[in-house]
Amino acid sequence: MSALLEVSGVSVSFDGFRAINNLSFSIGPAELRAIIGPNGAGKTTFMDIVTGKTRPDSGAVTFGERSVSLLSMSEAQIARAGIGRKFQRPTVFEDQTVAENLTMALKAHRAPWRVLFWREGAVDRARVEALAAEVGLADALPRKSGELSHGQKQWLEIGMLLAQEPRLLLVDEPAAGMTLAEREHTTQLLVEMAKTRAVVVVEHDMDFVRRLDCKVTVLHEGAVLAEGSLDHVTKNQQVIEVYLGRG
Amino acid sequence: MRQLFLSLVTALLVALPGLALAQSAVDILDANRALVEKPTRAKIAPVISELAASGDPVAATVLAAWAEKGLGLRKADGTFFLIEKTADGWALRDLTGAEAGVAASSDIVELRPNAGVRGLIATALVQFTLSDPDPAKRAAALVSIARDPEAAHLEPLRASLATEVDPALKAQKDRLERLLTLRFDTDSAARVAAIEGFGSDLGLDLRAALNPLLATSRVAYAGDLPGGANVARVLVPGADLSEAEAYDLLVAAGMAPARLTVEEARAALLANVVDGAVGGVPVAELGTQAARDRAYTALEAAGAVPAAATDAEVAAAVAAHGFAEVYAEPDAQVTAAAKAALDGIALKVGAMQTADLALDAVSLASIYFLAAIGLAITFGVMRVINMAHGEFIMMGAYTGYVVQLFITNYTLSILVALPLAFAVTFAAGVAMERLVIRHLYKRPLETLLATFGISIALQQIAKNIFGTQARPLTAPAWLDGALTFNDVVSISYIRIAIFVLAMLFLLFFLWLMKRTRLGLEVRAVTQNPTMAASMGINPDRINMLTFGLGSGIAGIAGVAIGLFAKVTSELGSDYIVQSFMTVVVGGVGNIWGTLAGAFLIGTLQKGIEWLNPSNTLAAQTYMILFIILFIQFRPRGIIALKGRAAGD
Amino acid sequence: MTRQSFTERSFLAKNPSVLWFILILAVFTLGVTVLSEAYGVAFLSTSFVKTLGKTLCLCLVALAMDLIWGYAGILSLGHMAFFALGGYMLGMWLMYARTEEIVVAALAQGGLPATPEEVRQGIAVQIFGVVGASELPAIWAFAHSFWAQMALVVLVPGGLALVFGWLAFRSRVTGVYLSILTQAMTLALALYLFQNDSGLRGNNGLSGLQNLPGLSDASQDAVSMWFFWGSALALGLGYVLLSWVVSGKFGSVIRAIRDDEQRVRFLGYSVEGYKLFVFTLTAVIAAIAGALYYPQAGIINPAELAPIASIYLAVWVAIGGRGRLYGAVIGAAFVSLLSSWFTGGRAPSVPLGFYTVNWVDWWLVLLGLSFVLVTLFAPKGIGGLFDLWQGLRGPDRKGAPLGPDDGALMEKEARE
Repeated sequence: MSALLEVSGVSVSFDGFRAINNLSFSIGPAELRAIIGPNGAGKTTFMDIVTGKTRPDSGAVTFGERSVSLLSMSEAQIARAGIGRKFQRPTVFEDQTVAENLTMALKAHRAPWRVLFWREGAVDRARVEALAAEVGLADALPRKSGELSHGQKQWLEIGMLLAQEPRLLLVDEPAAGMTLAEREHTTQLLVEMAKTRAVVVVEHDMDFVRRLDCKVTVLHEGAVLAEGSLDHVTKNQQVIEVYLGRG
Repeated sequence: MRQLFLSLVTALLVALPGLALAQSAVDILDANRALVEKPTRAKIAPVISELAASGDPVAATVLAAWAEKGLGLRKADGTFFLIEKTADGWALRDLTGAEAGVAASSDIVELRPNAGVRGLIATALVQFTLSDPDPAKRAAALVSIARDPEAAHLEPLRASLATEVDPALKAQKDRLERLLTLRFDTDSAARVAAIEGFGSDLGLDLRAALNPLLATSRVAYAGDLPGGANVARVLVPGADLSEAEAYDLLVAAGMAPARLTVEEARAALLANVVDGAVGGVPVAELGTQAARDRAYTALEAAGAVPAAATDAEVAAAVAAHGFAEVYAEPDAQVTAAAKAALDGIALKVGAMQTADLALDAVSLASIYFLAAIGLAITFGVMRVINMAHGEFIMMGAYTGYVVQLFITNYTLSILVALPLAFAVTFAAGVAMERLVIRHLYKRPLETLLATFGISIALQQIAKNIFGTQARPLTAPAWLDGALTFNDVVSISYIRIAIFVLAMLFLLFFLWLMKRTRLGLEVRAVTQNPTMAASMGINPDRINMLTFGLGSGIAGIAGVAIGLFAKVTSELGSDYIVQSFMTVVVGGVGNIWGTLAGAFLIGTLQKGIEWLNPSNTLAAQTYMILFIILFIQFRPRGIIALKGRAAGD
Repeated sequence: MTRQSFTERSFLAKNPSVLWFILILAVFTLGVTVLSEAYGVAFLSTSFVKTLGKTLCLCLVALAMDLIWGYAGILSLGHMAFFALGGYMLGMWLMYARTEEIVVAALAQGGLPATPEEVRQGIAVQIFGVVGASELPAIWAFAHSFWAQMALVVLVPGGLALVFGWLAFRSRVTGVYLSILTQAMTLALALYLFQNDSGLRGNNGLSGLQNLPGLSDASQDAVSMWFFWGSALALGLGYVLLSWVVSGKFGSVIRAIRDDEQRVRFLGYSVEGYKLFVFTLTAVIAAIAGALYYPQAGIINPAELAPIASIYLAVWVAIGGRGRLYGAVIGAAFVSLLSSWFTGGRAPSVPLGFYTVNWVDWWLVLLGLSFVLVTLFAPKGIGGLFDLWQGLRGPDRKGAPLGPDDGALMEKEARE
């Protein structure tokens, strides 16, 4: 299985602090992966690098069958290439309705001129409704997304990610602040999504990671400490030291 | 060579008194009575020279009186008197100054020399003033000669050189003698020696003396270069001068017929309208240049109008002649020496000008720094944009003006105004923070607009109170004048004072932020307000004090700026954009960045002004364009915050 | 119910304010026509008709400002520069063509028909004598052609906006930085035009623009009405165009950029491209408004580009209520008419006993302070009253109520 995303030997430092240190990572085209690690391990920075927000000092990041380098692309280009990102705090456009949020995310031409003349067709409408149903927001379509609950916003954001039809999804702490039932729903969504695309979940919560039941990568001080099933990595002496030794 | 020359002069001077004593002034006058009575410039010259050379102390009195219509001739016996108009005639004194009674108006002929003769007399008198016993008069004479040098001054000056006892005046005379020598001496070797004698001198007077030597004029000539002309360079039409200019030279020299101007052609055509046509071309068709040319050519052929040069003729005439730039000064040796000397001077002056420009740039940078430092605090530290910052500067300046209305001692008034301006603007800043800005934290664009509303209101209130005309804010006398290094490099004391003030503020700011409790708390609130609050720091109080501080410094800057700029209600808005640029270019949140920004902008503005001195508006335009481009390459300014904190 | 609420309906049905606006504008235009000196009962003076026509142009540029600021969240302090540039471009043709008529008439007195060179020379002296020049600058090369200058009305301000915007947005200058940068651009342009050798007559500016070349018979009464109609038409078209622009997905995207541009990037939209598009489009609209405004004003000079003018524009939009197009129109009309009433000396002075408040002197103070009050207490401006009237309350949004307050770079830094 060839890798969809290939990160090799990437390093980045801020003011002398090495946030990412010679990190290598790869994920296949239809795979669910959890990334765990203590605070400051470089999880967020890793996502920043993949999505183009932060430029690494060295290393290579390639994507897709043709191994396109992501380093020279802008955030928007990377997103169009098929990488979606969900932030830790739900970030939806609160001033706009759920329908508008989803419509904006729908896979379509992104150039200003094309968007200006874009008018909603029946296919688009059906797609928006299907997505809303998928994330449990079918009844909320005309509501302003600012009025939604925290969990609903998380789902809306996941719905927007689905609408983008990405090949790789980066999800930052999707379960934070959710009720148990909401967590259950989120887990299902992620597992379902990973059947057709690559999903990387960054998470603190071991319990949630266990539910995902997937390969786990442990980051520490900007580098991969261990990789494997959750049981495998939790038995790793170094991992135990990092987590317990540091509290 | 020069030594030889000087010894000759000295010999002459030694010989003179012997000759001069041969005749007294009275004798000379008597001998030339007719000529003195009706002088002409040409004929009287030897007489005046003789008088001047006589060595008779009376001669100076006589010459001075003559020039000022104070010399008279008694009709009865032809005796000369010094005369003075009285109510009913003349009061007479003899030439030595002794009283000699009175005379009726009709008995005396008042001598009235014309301007030319008076000029001769004045020149002759120079010798006497240059040797006057009073050093002040001698110094004055030197100044007047330096201001308006003439060839005739050279001899008297040389003559007085030997007898000069005052060493300072002697040095001045020596310098002036050489300046006159290089311009007026007849011996080219002496002139070259005089030029070279100045060595590395940069004086303006020297440049003023040398420049006319290199004055050129353009000449046209047929065939070879005219002999005897001191050619600066040969001009090639098309490269060094346009064909039109070349032809104009030919016309001016009478070597070619004038070209026909559009107006002349028009007039000629109008004068020859016959039956609604000119030269066979109907008037109605004369709306193009080609048609007019045809008509004129027809008239030319008929002999009705003079022939005018056509373009081809012009080209031929230009090709047939040579053109050159010729020095007015005929002596090639002298011009070569002058050119070499001026080139040397230009090089040194260029270096000096660079130094002067650097001083100018530093002082402008200090002003920008002063204007921007308050902003660096409110914008840079608090991230609050205050468009009324300029109006705080204006309030400071007006505070200074009001203080001077009550305290007339300028030194004292400035000392009072500085803290008072701080107090006034500090209070205004705190009030603004409490009433407006506090409610708009986290809404920077609205802060910008609200503070702009305040700025509009404050400006108009100032206009209503103080009127639209500029108010004076006078600097103490000890700040007048300038520190002058030489003719090129100088800097006014006010600007030095502003530089010092700017440096003081820099130190004050560093001390405040790095060494005081307040500074610590400010930094804490800036970096993490929530954390700071949880540690017992009251962010409200800190924000209020910080804002007051920034505003107060703007007030002090206002007093400083008011000292050299006009105090008007628009004073602040003149500086606000530059101040923001300074902060943004330097890098927000870093005082060294503000300093660097001020220096960059100051240097840049002075540099552009130097490239295009006539146009300060253009300089500002280009500076702003540069800044817009600069931000392309360093969006976070010269000194940027790095790392995650800077990420967006 | 859900199906109805977001599904396809006609543009006008979704935007009832457009119909209302067109209706009110039409009634207003008709009313003014009926009351005008040229085509009606002569109740309104020609100068007042001109004031109204100019106000319509200001409403149009306020619309543009609302799109760029209220919708896209870019507080541009440079749009009055584009407005004035548009005025300059059309003014060049007006002044050239008018001067040409005068010069040709004068030369015809001379007995010979004038040659093109003579005419050109005469025009140059007539126009540029005042700044001591006698040659037409190169930028006047197209001034003889109405259509060329009309094209330049769009191309010059649009081109400037394109270049400036490309530079500014490319380097991700946002928030107050961008505001200050646009202000600097305006200042640079104004200072440039103040020079005598700028080719646009320095601080004399262009004058005599109220005279239409080729129509010297037409009275100012009639001309003022024509321009009034033109301005009303432009405003109506502008309103429809901008309503259409903001109603669809494009409007969604630019409002999203206003609220969180980083998020929009991760959706795959090129934020810079959208900003540039909106910046340039609004610059062009501003320029067209300016081209209609200055012939009614009769004169244009570099003082019109002063940074303060662009700030007044922001004031109008803020007072009217940004983020809704009719708010911008109301704000511009209300504040600019009130302003000319107060500064025209017609407002009664207020005697306070110890001091008499003369509104010519105190209007700006009032404006400045009321602007502060609106910002503090009524961020929705006058337009907010419509919400009350309709009994609608805006959603209780937790995010920034009006615009990209977190869009500013520094805010982000402070937060992290």
